[in-house]
Amino acid sequence: MAMTTLLQTRHIRKTFPGVVALDDVSLSIAPGEIHTLLGENGAGKSTLMNVLTGLYRPDRGEILFDGVPVQFSSPGDSLAMGIGMVHQHFMLVPAHTVFENVLLAIDGVPNFFSRRKFQQKVQKILDEFALDLDLDTPAWKLSIGAQQWIELIKLLVRDCRLLIFDEPTAVLTPQESARLFKVLTRLRDQGKSILFISHKMREVMEISDRVTVLKKGRSLVTLPRGEYDENKLASLMIGEDQIPMWIKPACKYEELALEIKNLSVRNDRGLADLDNFTMKLYRGQILGVAGVAGNGQKALAEVLTGLKEATSGRILAGDRDITDSTAKSSYIAGIAHIPEDRKTIGIAPDMTVGDNLIMKNFNSRAFRRWIFQDRAAIRRNAVAKIDQFAIKAGPDGNPIRYLSGGNIQKVIIARELSEKPSVLVALYPTRGLDIGSAEYVHKVIIDGANQGMSTILISEDLDELLKLSDQIVVMFRGRLVGCVDPQTTTREEIGLLMSGEVQK
Amino acid sequence: MLEILLDATVRAGTPILFATLGAIINERAGIINLGIEGLMLIGALAGFAGTQASGSLLVGVLAAFGAALLAGSVHGFITVQLRGNQIVSGLALTMFGIGTTALFGRSMVGLTIEGFERIAIPGLSRLPVVGKPFFNQDLLIYFSFLLVVAIAFFFYRTRWGLALRTVGENPAAADTCGVPVTLTRFLAVTVGSGIVGIGGAYLSLATTPMWIENMTAGRGWIAVALVIFASWSSYRALAGAYLFGGITAMQLRFQAMGTTISAHILQMLPYFFTILVLAISTIRLQKGASQQPEGLGQPYDREDRK
Repeated sequence: MAMTTLLQTRHIRKTFPGVVALDDVSLSIAPGEIHTLLGENGAGKSTLMNVLTGLYRPDRGEILFDGVPVQFSSPGDSLAMGIGMVHQHFMLVPAHTVFENVLLAIDGVPNFFSRRKFQQKVQKILDEFALDLDLDTPAWKLSIGAQQWIELIKLLVRDCRLLIFDEPTAVLTPQESARLFKVLTRLRDQGKSILFISHKMREVMEISDRVTVLKKGRSLVTLPRGEYDENKLASLMIGEDQIPMWIKPACKYEELALEIKNLSVRNDRGLADLDNFTMKLYRGQILGVAGVAGNGQKALAEVLTGLKEATSGRILAGDRDITDSTAKSSYIAGIAHIPEDRKTIGIAPDMTVGDNLIMKNFNSRAFRRWIFQDRAAIRRNAVAKIDQFAIKAGPDGNPIRYLSGGNIQKVIIARELSEKPSVLVALYPTRGLDIGSAEYVHKVIIDGANQGMSTILISEDLDELLKLSDQIVVMFRGRLVGCVDPQTTTREEIGLLMSGEVQK
Repeated sequence: MLEILLDATVRAGTPILFATLGAIINERAGIINLGIEGLMLIGALAGFAGTQASGSLLVGVLAAFGAALLAGSVHGFITVQLRGNQIVSGLALTMFGIGTTALFGRSMVGLTIEGFERIAIPGLSRLPVVGKPFFNQDLLIYFSFLLVVAIAFFFYRTRWGLALRTVGENPAAADTCGVPVTLTRFLAVTVGSGIVGIGGAYLSLATTPMWIENMTAGRGWIAVALVIFASWSSYRALAGAYLFGGITAMQLRFQAMGTTISAHILQMLPYFFTILVLAISTIRLQKGASQQPEGLGQPYDREDRK
């Protein structure tokens, strides 16, 4: 069967200062297919999408739509062609209502519009997909899942012919994902093309008509359904990267490392980020924390590391009460922190690797002479840590911002572990890392557990949690709604707990 | 007595009201404009010169709007197109305004014009207490009433207004909806600046129909603070501007009554209240009263990697 083509890219290249994000990408998308773009983080998936939606202009290459070469100089151009996208970072205005967010996406709204007419139009689409959303609710009040539905509706009101989804399931529970897939299949059957981006093998197998594998900015191969399986895709995607082996010890549950009692934290909007939260962490334990992003995980990490104040409740480390300590004194009490946003909170981007490595103990006598820095000692420390953690740091004195995400994460880990902490709070520690770096982070956590360090591992990757944790707790709206054993639980059970529909 | 005080309140508050409304349009699109003081002076001089040369108050007002719009377009070009520092550019605009108006205003000192005159609105002006202060005023004051309502309508009932607010909140979201972010921001800065200029012209065409060097005397800065007090709403801007008008009217009244309090202390009051209002509204903001536009002060670069 000769396949018609809706969109075709030929030899697309896009560079950013110092980085080749896309090297040579060619792919074609047929009408009425779900085409998956598979690749590791950093392979260039998001960059390619931003090229297709007119946010980025390619340095080289050609885009053909309906067989005609096109040039997108703004997102407006690609929208006019009928290409729409649900971005990974949602393009919503939190302060605006659902209606206002959708209205701006509708084509041909007159300047003096009839509120009633367009409210009806939006409501009709909400009803069609059985979405229970109030049009006058501001977007920030909605769950992440609901926000994603609004993003989708913004495309549906425009009659897009090609819909692009950038890792849409990252923020959804398994049940919500299943529902999204039903909608995607339905749109496909209506003749729309869908470009689906993911690195979750399970989803790719389930939904794709064709898969294109992207690696290091190049499109390797496009395979139709039936010509690929999980193993084949994985080896294509990862290539020669080696996966290290390690042995995980079982936690003995003897000595209590940290105890959280009835902890509550309120956020800037006066809502509860943590609500009567209670849990226990034992020495050498890896405690996995599951939950859809935005259900209080960040607040938990921040209150444990002293960045946020608790409204009520207690945190006990051994027999010491550390509830009201500042970030510094909790570090002394032995809690290390791998923050969620490594580039803005984890490091000072313009300072060198060496300076970033001593940021927590710059005041120690090892790195100063009276009030002056001991540059030689700082450099020696950097050389040692770079070697020990296999950091690709570039030339001496290189600002840390030029390092890749994986190497920045290694610097943070090296710094946080340098004082032999008793507790590590790791917030999405492998998000955005390639598989090799992610495995390295896992190894560090396991090694730490072997030496008696306890880890609170907050992650949205269920596979990671199931693999590493001694125990998994599930958070929903700031409460602990379940505690399961990774050996006996199922993904479905955790999913139900994540959605808040059941408690255990 | 109350009527006279209210009347003085409205007249003293109107220039600040125009300036605050103009600043709100700037900030709703995400651009901080600290050039308000300079723009008011430019408006005041251009308004006076325009009326002086043509003999028409309308020409004066249009000249004020146009001159401030032109000056504001420099700020717009630097902050929107070049993505320059909004604070530095705004401060430069204020100094530019103070300097150039002092220079070009020299020949205007001592000249006089026929200023705006009161026009009573039949019926309404005979209402007790509020009738005279609000409905026996000049045309510019009636225009300011209209503008308050028109801006609120524009923000919340028109598609352009929605686009403008989205550009100020999350420019990337607006961009992906096909809204031209750069153009929208630039227009908001220039038209907003023009409205600020009318505020300046009110001083030289109605309050005291003459040109005095640096005649705004810090009113532009009060407007900058009022934007926060008004939490970016035109109705609250009206309330805020009249609050300051009231304080000014009151201190003038006290002086006229010949109190023993030093005139310098009394003249300080509006500026003292500015600091007070800023502190109170900042605390309210932190408590989550009404959020400032999220993209405020941030230049938008489409290809910036997050």
